[in-house]
Amino acid sequence: MSGATQAHADTPHQPIFVGEVQARLEALYPHYPTRQACLLPALWMVQEARGWISEPAMAEVAEVLGLTPAYVKGVVTFYTMYHTHPVGRHFIQVCTTSPCNLCGAEDVLKSLLRESGCGELGATSPDGRFTIAEVECLGACGFPTPILIDDDFIEHVTPERVPGILQGYK
Amino acid sequence: MGYPHPSHPKETPVLSKHFGDAGARTYEGWVQRGGYAGLRKALGMAPDAIIEELKASGLRGRGGAGFPTGLKWSFMPKGDGKPHYLVCNADESEPGTFKDREIMRWTPHALIEGCAVAAYAIGAERCYIYIRGEFTEPLAVMHQAVAEAYAQGALGADALGSGMRIDFVIHRGAGAYICGEETAMMNSIEGKRGNPRIKPPFPAAAGLFGMPTTINNVETLAAVPHILNRGADWYKGLCLGNPKSTGTKLISVCGHVQRPGNYEITMGTPMRDLIFDMCGGMRPGRTLKAVIPGGSSVPIMNAEEAGDCVLDYEGVIAKGSMLGSGGMIVMDDSADVVYQVWRLARFYAHESCAQCTQCREGTAWTTKILERILAGKGKEADLALLLDLSDGMTGKTICVLSDSCAAPIVSGIQKFRPEFEAYLSGARQPALAMA
Repeated sequence: MSGATQAHADTPHQPIFVGEVQARLEALYPHYPTRQACLLPALWMVQEARGWISEPAMAEVAEVLGLTPAYVKGVVTFYTMYHTHPVGRHFIQVCTTSPCNLCGAEDVLKSLLRESGCGELGATSPDGRFTIAEVECLGACGFPTPILIDDDFIEHVTPERVPGILQGYK
Repeated sequence: MGYPHPSHPKETPVLSKHFGDAGARTYEGWVQRGGYAGLRKALGMAPDAIIEELKASGLRGRGGAGFPTGLKWSFMPKGDGKPHYLVCNADESEPGTFKDREIMRWTPHALIEGCAVAAYAIGAERCYIYIRGEFTEPLAVMHQAVAEAYAQGALGADALGSGMRIDFVIHRGAGAYICGEETAMMNSIEGKRGNPRIKPPFPAAAGLFGMPTTINNVETLAAVPHILNRGADWYKGLCLGNPKSTGTKLISVCGHVQRPGNYEITMGTPMRDLIFDMCGGMRPGRTLKAVIPGGSSVPIMNAEEAGDCVLDYEGVIAKGSMLGSGGMIVMDDSADVVYQVWRLARFYAHESCAQCTQCREGTAWTTKILERILAGKGKEADLALLLDLSDGMTGKTICVLSDSCAAPIVSGIQKFRPEFEAYLSGARQPALAMA
């Protein structure tokens, strides 16, 4: 996600499944007995290329895999990791489920919202750097609080560590 | 071993022996540590003989249900001419559980080996490893290891020179707890919303893409090569008294203990040994209050129940809860049980796929009622209402997500009722502001 060009909702859709991305998708076809099964991987490719999944992108995926745009949207909106609107250059997911909650995750979240400039969940910081989401259990409960910044999984985050961690993401 | 801590003398490291040892991650490193001998041995055996060995070992599913693994494999039809599939459930998302993550991060080839043995035993042409989307590091490690296993000839058209074809596909999830439910996972691999399916048909009859399918948890599959290498008798012998629960189990301990981490115990180990010896006990000046022993979906135990609980499938049931996935959430006297029950209900409300009314409405309403109680605006009848709703959420839906939401609510009210009443009477200050 980091460094991906953030397309705005009003810019015309540029096809994603051309050249190398198309080749990567087609290389998956032999691994599944149906084209439909390539939907989750295809959506990951869209998000990797564009940072989020717009409706025209869903329509393109639908056409490539022989599905309807409505079907694709139904799947996209089921899964929380697919973004249906633009997000900051770095997307932060903070675990606040019970095990982390017991160990101070809410203070980590508050610190992240403050230090990033995001202010509230789902909002992008004014400098466009960050968007923060609460996430349900990151599966690293013994190392509270884990956060995920783009693809970087960071354990043992405390409010004190937050400013230093954010400095690494421009 | 109690990764990230050194192994404790009361542990029995089998699956976790190489946690923290980066050298074990490569194909060559794994072979040097005795790896791929189990697969080699399996490929020289008849599939039925492998299944019998698994049955004799007593291995039961480590993902939560505890179903006998060999028996599950034996349900796969023989000579039906249809493609068979193996699905490895690496969607580890149960709050409190973080063991499969370490198996994949440190010993990816142990999992590959286990999957390959299973695929051969059930006649599967392909194994799909479904890894949750947030597990970026395990995904990278597993991709690397699978590519290496192909390059070394352990997978592919002629696995280890046996003439057998074994193919692997890693499928990345995209954020949905429910996809850890086996039929939801199959839908997710098929490119659908992760809604659980009505059973029957069971996966062995009509699973992934409508074909006979077996689905096993990461920890279950990782144990398989060890059983083939060292024999069913050795595995069966790893047991402190109850022959129905054999082998070792990774217990992920989190919450208020001094040394949270993954501990590998022999089935039958007392819970107090795990909490007070291996994990170093409570934080200074604190006492044990409650334990959720098997991931967030099982009933909460109080300190007394935890104190003389034996950690195996039947031992935890005897104390009114379940061993589940082995994700143990420990709370000391500083924990607010009402708040944590609310936080868990919120988790289930967020993760409900919304197919079944009892779950969609029940998880949302119980969360709202708990919120009201925590905000100091609860009504006297709220506890009865919560119990009534929980009853409507138990045993009445396609999958057990709503049962899982009800478990902490019912057990929380049963065992810590005065804490709920303190919010209702105003004796306790509100912990939440209501919107």
